Amino acid sequence: MNPPIIKGFKPYGPETGKHKIELVNLLYEEYEALRLSDYDMLNHHQASIKMAVSRPTFTRIYASALQKIAKAFVEGRQISIEGGKVYFDSDWYYCNDCGCHFNNPEKEKSTKDCPLCGSNKITAFASENSMENNPDNLCGDLCICLNCGLEQKHQSGIPCSQEICPKCNISMKRKRNLNCINS
Amino acid sequence: MKVAITSTGNTLESNLDQRFGRCAYFVVYDTDTKAFEFIPNPNIDAEQGAGPASVNLVASRDVQKIISGEFGMKVKPILDSLKIQMVVLKDPEKQIKDIIEMLKH
Repeated sequence: MNPPIIKGFKPYGPETGKHKIELVNLLYEEYEALRLSDYDMLNHHQASIKMAVSRPTFTRIYASALQKIAKAFVEGRQISIEGGKVYFDSDWYYCNDCGCHFNNPEKEKSTKDCPLCGSNKITAFASENSMENNPDNLCGDLCICLNCGLEQKHQSGIPCSQEICPKCNISMKRKRNLNCINS
Repeated sequence: MKVAITSTGNTLESNLDQRFGRCAYFVVYDTDTKAFEFIPNPNIDAEQGAGPASVNLVASRDVQKIISGEFGMKVKPILDSLKIQMVVLKDPEKQIKDIIEMLKH
């Protein structure tokens, strides 16, 4: 995916800014789900393949995106687009002079100049919420074996019912990670 | 260093092609010798796999940087492993000569 061109939206009108209300945080994957589904007009199946998640997972992400946007509209909240469990292939940067995005394939060396116009006014598109971008964090669903209670990390794209418990040889069930929903 | 730019035509007045795999022409520009070469893209009508085929084409020219409007899902991991830098410029009005001028910074 390419990162969105903006960081978020602000409401306007006389009522805005009177109450200090929290902004709505639209995750990158939710932005991407909305873009694929409603901007590129793909169906959920095609879009789920593009995002390398299962079709039900895509629909969950998409529903969450719509819910957040509706919340922002109705309650007059700001939307900020950041974070999420996204896989950027490498570090991406943005040049403030010529407006191009570029990546840095040499991870050992850091980038200081724009490869196109040579300007040094570049901004890293790096993960501001690096915790959330880390796939190994605690904020993911689990597969659980109902027989022995064994839990393992859920692999996106593979339904839990296809995961077999190594001890009991029966298929596993999805377990939502509650730490994640409350945060 | 060699840079590939996706182009809609085979002149310096052509615009930057916003697609990578199915662009009309690749411009391979050498920043040291200031030489450039237009390569017609044979994959423009490919049903699928145009991106990876185009990567092979430009990688065979020892390109280290590619400037285009967008890179597809299949292309990004290949370019990452080949350590070719991707530059995404979302400006369909940009002409090839402007980009070459910018590269001379």
